[in-house]
Amino acid sequence: MAGIRIQTIVKSFGKTMALKDISLEVKDGEFLVLLGPSGCGKTTLLRCIAGLETVDSGRILIGDRDVTDLAPRHRNIAMVFQSYAVFPHMTVRSNIGFGLRMKRVPKPDIERRVREGAALLSLEPFLDRYPAQLSGGQRQRVAVARALVMDAPVLLMDEPLSNLDALLRLQARADLKRLHREVKRTTVYVTHDQVEAMSMGDRIAVMREGAIEQCEPPMQLYTNPASQFVGGFIGSPPMNFLKGRTRGGVFEGDGFRLPLDGGEGAPGRAPLRVEDGRELLLGIRAEQIRFGDGGIPARVQVVEPLGPTALVTVLVGAAPVKVEAPVTTPVRPDQSVSLAFDSANIRWMDASTGAALAR
Amino acid sequence: MSAVAAARSPRMNARTWDRVLIYGSAILLALWVLVPFYLIFLSAFSRPNDVFTYPKPLLPTDLSTETMQTFLGSTGVFASVINSVVVAVLTIVISLAFGAPAGYALARFTFRGRQAVQLVVLATKMFPVAILSIPLAVAFLRLGLYDNVLGVALVHSAMALPFVVLVTAGVFAGVSNELEEAAMTLGCSRLTAFLRVALPLALPGLAAAAIFTFVISWNEVFASSILTLRQRTLPALVLFALQQSPLYFKFAGGFFMVMPAIVFIFFMRRYLLNLWGGR
Repeated sequence: MAGIRIQTIVKSFGKTMALKDISLEVKDGEFLVLLGPSGCGKTTLLRCIAGLETVDSGRILIGDRDVTDLAPRHRNIAMVFQSYAVFPHMTVRSNIGFGLRMKRVPKPDIERRVREGAALLSLEPFLDRYPAQLSGGQRQRVAVARALVMDAPVLLMDEPLSNLDALLRLQARADLKRLHREVKRTTVYVTHDQVEAMSMGDRIAVMREGAIEQCEPPMQLYTNPASQFVGGFIGSPPMNFLKGRTRGGVFEGDGFRLPLDGGEGAPGRAPLRVEDGRELLLGIRAEQIRFGDGGIPARVQVVEPLGPTALVTVLVGAAPVKVEAPVTTPVRPDQSVSLAFDSANIRWMDASTGAALAR
Repeated sequence: MSAVAAARSPRMNARTWDRVLIYGSAILLALWVLVPFYLIFLSAFSRPNDVFTYPKPLLPTDLSTETMQTFLGSTGVFASVINSVVVAVLTIVISLAFGAPAGYALARFTFRGRQAVQLVVLATKMFPVAILSIPLAVAFLRLGLYDNVLGVALVHSAMALPFVVLVTAGVFAGVSNELEEAAMTLGCSRLTAFLRVALPLALPGLAAAAIFTFVISWNEVFASSILTLRQRTLPALVLFALQQSPLYFKFAGGFFMVMPAIVFIFFMRRYLLNLWGGR
């Protein structure tokens, strides 16, 4: 078993900086998710850990071993690829046993471990089939089994679920999480799907333009995003942001005024100490807004019932704000409403940098 | 009911027409290729004197191997067949040994000047052998390669290489790089990943390239004629003998030369279709 330590690695492709001075520690047995939009460098980072890309500078340690200059096969890792990369000219059995054969594991051992791996992913009936005879989900499981039987302490996964249809993805997500609990490998998992990241990761590293924006457990990311980007990327719907300035203890923006000291008597609010006139962003989650009296005036634009709750889009000034309310809430389009913010859950960010202000 | 049938029938008609058109053109194309073959076959397998009969019997009523026997029995034919085979095999070995790695590099790596390499590879095709032949003959005389199967094989390799490079590049581009990377994470080095994963998957395409190379070499007549005197390949011999030989001899030679190509294409049909994206 081994953790991963990534120390100030830099990677560029020609003039593009793909990774800008990244440091990250993955604990032994942890499930860490690299999350970000396409082109943020998450796959590059994973490939650097795997040894499929060489870094320009910085070190990568797996366990206590510096693997920076080692070939992939000497790094003690196993990897699941986005395309699964199941070998089309081999049966499922040979696919799963391929890595063991390369490591010259004795034949009976290979057979036993292939059988165990196949059992773990319910692949026993397909052992003698070729990949072309399998469905996408089955191929994905072959790729996972092939990586697992290697018994490598580190498991790397590059968007392994992105090619599955929605229903299968839910199932596979739960399966992978169960597998991780059973085998307890240190796992680095790349995805652009924040729901996948939230539901699977022990911690999530949110990446943007080659840098890690924030790396924390899912719920902390959700409730306490370090930046506008993280708040906007995590959660569905994303966090709402209202732009304004503080002036004499009041936060003012397009179409609203929000007193900063107490307001409607919210307990536990940390008073915001910033110089007057600074431009700020107020960030708040949809479920932390209530319809009430005497709050911020808004106009209902769209009501989307989602089952137990409804997603209501309202306009504050010209800015759209999403509110999650019980589906029974009597609001209609074009109605004027008033919004009360659960002030303990307001996050303040600098309007120009997007960085969260210390509380 | 009848309304449905009426609505359906024009569409059916359109589809039938499509079929007629497709099959009609296919048959026409097939005949275009097959009829000459058939006539050559008829003449090659009839008695030498029957070649001149007119009108020709279109059915092989009077088959005879006499013509073929004369052809195969004449001086130099057997030796030149051996020469042709040796040259073709050497050409395959040389052009694949150099062309396949080049194709692999073009398919896998983006390097400075990749486009230029691709262009230059094709540009070698712009020089007619006719222009190169005299300097080549002189050079080969100096190197001791003149009138030598190796010399001919070298020239054929030079002619086949652009084709081999581009085809193998296409073949390797069709083998996902992720497969090789997966193999590398599973304990392979770059070389073993290539040998265990990319090569087996590319084999059908490489075989097709080899067959094509064989056909190029087998049919090549100009360089073979210029660069040999006694070590004639079959096309060179046939060309040389053409003026002096009777018509039936030409038919027999033509048939004998066309056969390997047809047989190989027949066996390689599947791979060729794969190569061009069909099924």
